[in-house]
Order: sequence, then structure tokens, then C-alpha cells
Amino acid sequence: MKKKFSALLYLGIFYLTSCISQENPPEIKTPDQSNYSTETIVDGIDVPWGMDFISENELLVTEKKGILYRVVNGKKTEVLGLPEIYKRGQGGLLDVALHPDFKNNTVIYFTASAQLEGDTGGNTALYCAKLNDNQLSEVKLLYKGTPNTKKGQHWGSRIVFDDQGHLFFGIGDRGNRDVNPQDLERDGGKIYRLNLDGSIPEDNPFTNKEGAKQAVYSYGHRNPQGMTVHPKTGEIWENEHGPKGGDEINIILKGKNYGWPVITYGVNYSGTSITDKRAMPGMEQPFYYWVPSIAPSGMAFSSSGVYRKWKGDLFVGSLKFKYLERLVIKRKKIVKREKILNEIGRVRNVKEGPDGYLYLGVEGKGILKVVYK
Amino acid sequence: MKVLLGLMGLLILFEGTWLFQNKPLEQSIADGEEIYQDFCLQCHLDTGKGVSGVFPPLVESDYLMNNIDLSIRGVKYGLSGPIVVNGEEYDGVMQNQGLDNEEIADVMNYILNSWGNKSTDLITEERVSNITE
Repeated sequence: MKKKFSALLYLGIFYLTSCISQENPPEIKTPDQSNYSTETIVDGIDVPWGMDFISENELLVTEKKGILYRVVNGKKTEVLGLPEIYKRGQGGLLDVALHPDFKNNTVIYFTASAQLEGDTGGNTALYCAKLNDNQLSEVKLLYKGTPNTKKGQHWGSRIVFDDQGHLFFGIGDRGNRDVNPQDLERDGGKIYRLNLDGSIPEDNPFTNKEGAKQAVYSYGHRNPQGMTVHPKTGEIWENEHGPKGGDEINIILKGKNYGWPVITYGVNYSGTSITDKRAMPGMEQPFYYWVPSIAPSGMAFSSSGVYRKWKGDLFVGSLKFKYLERLVIKRKKIVKREKILNEIGRVRNVKEGPDGYLYLGVEGKGILKVVYK
Repeated sequence: MKVLLGLMGLLILFEGTWLFQNKPLEQSIADGEEIYQDFCLQCHLDTGKGVSGVFPPLVESDYLMNNIDLSIRGVKYGLSGPIVVNGEEYDGVMQNQGLDNEEIADVMNYILNSWGNKSTDLITEERVSNITE
């Protein structure tokens, strides 16, 4: 009896430990790396957080520590006129995006950590401005998260647009996970939807809820680091940093709760439990979650045909393991994962350029173009 | 006149100690732990071991223990480019975290006295303020 019990105990421990260490399928593969390489578009940028293309040879790149560059044919020039950036922890100058009608109105949007005059601490803010040559003018604050905090974590942020005149951006939980993400009356841990002029769409999900932040589109997020629009369905796809073993891909739906920190597949960095709940009624399951965490950042579908076998696949940067991840999706499921450009460096951002190629923001380097041989 | 000068001197001395009033080491370590958890743990981990080849260790780190002022400078202004820690090369980017001098002193005291690290060097706010880029 005693023997049987200890055998069972061992079996139990084996199952438990094998569960904990197991990779969430599909297992990542490392294919032949000689099929791809990169070309440097611009170098000398420590943390190239955001980028957007003005034309095939011209793009805007943000450097987290607070510099906006205009890059023309590989040569970078600092754009002047940014508002004061509150540099604290993971915060700084974050994403940048051209207005859908940039050609006619020269308007750009950017997100940044902000500490307004007289404040202590800070929170994520969305700005717009006019860009003429290398100068910003008419800088306008469109949204700023509240309340402020001196915490260094989880500012977000990415900016995308749908084709119905809306702008979406995210703010992370700002290091207050037990309060912010599930409280609609506070900012943080949310994806927001605004009209292009910064006003709040009348059909936003919580406009009738008293006290709720009306710009909120979805909530229960931890730290959104990648956002892109699906080229066919128009859905907003997002990735976010979870705790250890809880990084997620989500498809963002109006008014939905993505569960952080009530449900998660991750544990604290120290290995201790946050919750034993993986699912709850009324909370969305991720489209995919990474165990182990890859620290995803940036996100783009390859919609062009320039890479023969990659059309329709999703690409995500890995900060932690320094590669570009290719995710193949079939019937609404990830069926294949591959390391592309293994050891390239901490991939902070991924975008598809107007020429159909993938462009990466790599820390300590700059912007690289992925070339498929 | 002399008395006045003397008084002014005393006042300056007093202001100096008042401005850089050192908190006891234990308090500084406790405050530093909070800063560490907010700003450092994500890369250097709660064990201080970092990630081999990616984020250098802070525990039993020859680079840290032999270059305390350089390490403070790294926290204060950021550190990038190749460094060798315990025989292994690291070529990453640590950005300045926007901490004030007191916070930097606290987190340094925490790091220098955690996970088996021991230092007789008390890092003061004044010492941090004297370190330039």
C-alpha cells in the first residue's frame, strides 16, 4: 500500500513538473537560417520602439529615450518639437503612426509617457501633431491616462486604425495590476478607441456606463506591445506581455474583458501563483498564449507576396529570445511556429512596409529589412 | 564679522548634511528592494542572476563589485555596448530608468547587499549626485 502510494505520488509530481515545464504547442521549430538575411535601413538607434512609413524610402522611427527620427534613404534626422517626455522605467517615447490621410493633412499620432506640469508620477498619453519637414507643430494632447503613478512598468503602447475613422491604442496596467485592468473608472490595462480628432465615438461600449472611462474599447489587459489590423478581416490583433508564461495574442472585440489578472496562464516572475484560474465566464480566452514567455513585441501580417511561403502568416518579435517568430494560422488556430533570424537581437517592432517587405526594429541596432533569398 | 562668517560656514555645513541626509543602510536597502522590483527585476530577475548572455548577473558579479561607480553611472545615465561580466561578454542596452539620486542609492545598496552580495561601501545620495555622464 505504502509503495503504491509513493509510486502514485512520484507519478503525480512527474505530471505536475512536466506540465509546468511544457511548452504550449505548437512547439517552436528552428528552420534553416540561411534562407533569410537582413539589410540595415538605418542604424544607431538603441530602442526603436515605433515606426511608420511615409513612402517606400521614407519613414518615422521613435527612439524610446525621447527622440523622433525622420529617415530618408537611410539617413536619419531628428524631428524637433516633441512635448516633454517623462522617462521612467519602461516608459518613454513609444509608438508613432501617420494619420490615414497624412498625404493631405501631414498629421501624425504618437504615444508617450507624460508628466504634465505640476504632476508627480505619470501615465501614458496620446498626442497628435503636424509634421512639416523635420518640425512638429500644433502638438495636441488627445488623451492621457489617470491616475499618475511613479511606477516604472507597463505603459503599452501601440497605435492602429480601422477603416471606419477610428484610432485604437493601448495603455498597460501601470504596475497596479490588482486595481487598474478590471476597473473601468481608471485608466490602464485597456485598449482605447477614439475618433481621428480625439473625440469619443458615440457607439463606444461604455458610453452609457456611469463613471466609466468612455474611451475604453476593451479591458483586462496587462501590457499591450504589439497591434496590427488583419489584412483580410479588418480585426484588431494585439499581443501583450503577461507575467512569466502568460504572454498572449488577442483579437480585440468591443467591450470585452480579457481577464488580467483574474485569469492568466502565467505566474509571478518569482514562480509563485497569481491565480489558479485559466478561464472564467464573461472573460475572453487568448487566441494564443506563449509558455514559455517570449516577451513579444511588435506584430505584423505578411500580406504581400514578396516572401513566397509567408503570405497570410503572422510575425511577432521576441525580445527575450532575440528572434522573429513566424506563426502560421489555419482554421483560426496557430498550427506552426518558427524562429526566423535566430539571434538577430531584441526585436522590438515588426511592420510590413509599403513595398511588402517586413521591417524590424532591433534594439542596439535600428531598422532592418527582412530579405528572403 | 568673523563670527558672522563662522556662522555662515556652520550654516553651509549644516545645509550640506541636511541636503544629503543619509538614511540608515537598512532603510535604504528596504526602499531599494521596492525600486528593484519595479525597475530591475524584469531583466535581472528576482535572484539577481540575470540571463546568461543577455542580461548580466548582479549576484557575484565581478563587473559590479570592481566598478561600483561605473555601475552607478550605468543606472543613472544608461549603459550600452560590450562589457565583460564574469568572463562572459554582454552587448546589450540598459536605458536610464529615470530614477532620482536617492532611488539610485537605495537600489544600489539593495543590490550590493542581496543574494549573498556583501559590501562595506554605503552608497549615499551624495555619491550618486557626484557621478557625471
